[in-house]
Amino acid sequence: MFSRDTWREIFDTLNKNKLRTFLSGFTVALGILIFVGLVGMTNGLQNTFEYYFSQDATNILYLFPGRTTKPYKGYKSQRRIEFENDDLKDIRENFAMFIDYVSPMIQRGALVKYREESNNYTTIGVDWGQQFAEKTIMMKGRYINQEDVKNKTRYAVIGRLVEQDLFGTKNAMGKYIDVGNSVFKVIGVFQDEGGDREERQIFIPYTTRQLIEKNTDKVDRIVVGFKPELGYVGAMALQRNLNKFLKDKKFISPEDQNGIFIRNIADQLKQNQDFARVLMIIAALVAFGTIIAGIIGISNIMVYVVKERTKEIGIRKAIGATPRTVIGNILLESIFITTLSGFSGMIAGIALLSSLGDKLMDDYFILNPGINTGLAISATIVLIFFGSLAGYLPAKKAAQIKPIEALND
Amino acid sequence: MIEIKNLHKSYQMGSNALHVLKGIDFSVKEGELVAIMGSSGSGKSTLLNILGMLDVADEGEYLLDGMPIKNLNETKAANYRNKFLGFIFQSFNLINYKTALENVALPLYYQRINRKKRQEKALKYLEQVGLKEWSHHLPSELSGGQKQRVAIARAMVTEPKVLLADELTGALDSTTSYEVMGLIQKINDKGNTILVVTHEDDIAHMCKRIVHLRDGVIVKDEKVKQVRAAEYVQ
Repeated sequence: MFSRDTWREIFDTLNKNKLRTFLSGFTVALGILIFVGLVGMTNGLQNTFEYYFSQDATNILYLFPGRTTKPYKGYKSQRRIEFENDDLKDIRENFAMFIDYVSPMIQRGALVKYREESNNYTTIGVDWGQQFAEKTIMMKGRYINQEDVKNKTRYAVIGRLVEQDLFGTKNAMGKYIDVGNSVFKVIGVFQDEGGDREERQIFIPYTTRQLIEKNTDKVDRIVVGFKPELGYVGAMALQRNLNKFLKDKKFISPEDQNGIFIRNIADQLKQNQDFARVLMIIAALVAFGTIIAGIIGISNIMVYVVKERTKEIGIRKAIGATPRTVIGNILLESIFITTLSGFSGMIAGIALLSSLGDKLMDDYFILNPGINTGLAISATIVLIFFGSLAGYLPAKKAAQIKPIEALND
Repeated sequence: MIEIKNLHKSYQMGSNALHVLKGIDFSVKEGELVAIMGSSGSGKSTLLNILGMLDVADEGEYLLDGMPIKNLNETKAANYRNKFLGFIFQSFNLINYKTALENVALPLYYQRINRKKRQEKALKYLEQVGLKEWSHHLPSELSGGQKQRVAIARAMVTEPKVLLADELTGALDSTTSYEVMGLIQKINDKGNTILVVTHEDDIAHMCKRIVHLRDGVIVKDEKVKQVRAAEYVQ
């Protein structure tokens, strides 16, 4: 069955029936190419999701003060709610079991100067926990710590691009910069995967910011980092309880939706993951459909090929071909052509995906598209198998026809 | 060479059975050139198909060179066809994407003879039918007569015991028909046994014996004086 002569006969037949060979090969190659492409693109889309949502920690609740819309306990509606240092303390004490850290955020734009260089940057008054919330990576020096907050030190942690803007190639560590007419000492330089905007921020102790602003105790926002063990359900419960606790404390009606806002990253993440999963399922269905379409396509071609060759099969049988040789040759032909074109399509698809890299990132949110090699090979083998089966069945039928009937066709 | 006793064959046509061969007794000796004649529907092609193991009889005996032909499975029938019989068809039945030489060599492929030998032998037989120069042409580049000669070379290449020709001149004009019959006579002169199915009188009279078939029985079986095809071909 595998002699050189058999292969010579097979190559000869394939070579002399170029259109037929091309059509069946093309169907298989295209089917696999589309499959690999689709799965790869979907994976790329998922990579993008992960990329965006892994920059910041996901075990975080953001608390924002709002404005009441309902009168409650003697207070009018349209009352502005504000957070104070006292609230931080209360949250820490009452929810100690569930949370890792609480950090306020006081965000102010400021003109920052170092010698002749100056620029406008966002400064954020924070506590030490903020480093974990934003997954800030220290390149040099350290982040704001508890001592800084307690002593209201004039220390600043600057972003990589702030250093680059103001200091050029020089080292900013230990230098003094003018932040909105107050002098701060640079104690650390950080980088952040969140992009240029985040690397143009300056972190200072929130207490220092409050001191500058006439020793106020107001804070803009509160970031609560909860223990990851809480999981999604625990986080949702914590969110509800925090909401209730703060509304109670600030005399906001439990029905008032606008007094306090809580943004739950875990919830958002879950929604996004759900979205990505639905997308994945749709893409999987489409990919599956592609394979099915490929199988149907190759089956049609094989049925047609064998039909077209019925007479040839009759001739071969009349001059002494046994049914086995007839089937064997047709089968080897189809296995050969589907294997060759299947793997070509697969390799072409993988090459296409890997050449894309992050080129589609900006416009199509597809990052590093790729496919699991095992999956690609399995799909190819499935197509080869069904392609061969599709060739085998009609060939078997054709080989069983009496040669005289085949010849009379 | 061929011995047939009480051969019956019917075809099932829906609920009706069409009795095509109704008890044929018939024998052919080595070296004979026999024409089987009859109008269409007389059963002559069915008889040839059974002789050629392309079809099986319902009843009766068939001995080929003393060997009983019965209960053949497809594989065995294919092997016997390959070894003992050569076929020539009305419509030539050449494989259209293979050259004349490859067509002639194909039966030897199924005998697992190596490629070089196949081609040598095929070329030898192509030379005998006068088509050595055309060996690398495709069937589409050959005339009807040339195609039939390629088919004859293909039938001869395995050196079969019996050559079976089904209306071999049916698709050819009369001049070409006589040329082809001349070739058949020449092959017969060398001692090959040949059966020719035809409905043309002049073709039948170029054989040495004519068997007349009507409605599934042999009505006449006579030796005739052979007309040499060469007399017609100038």
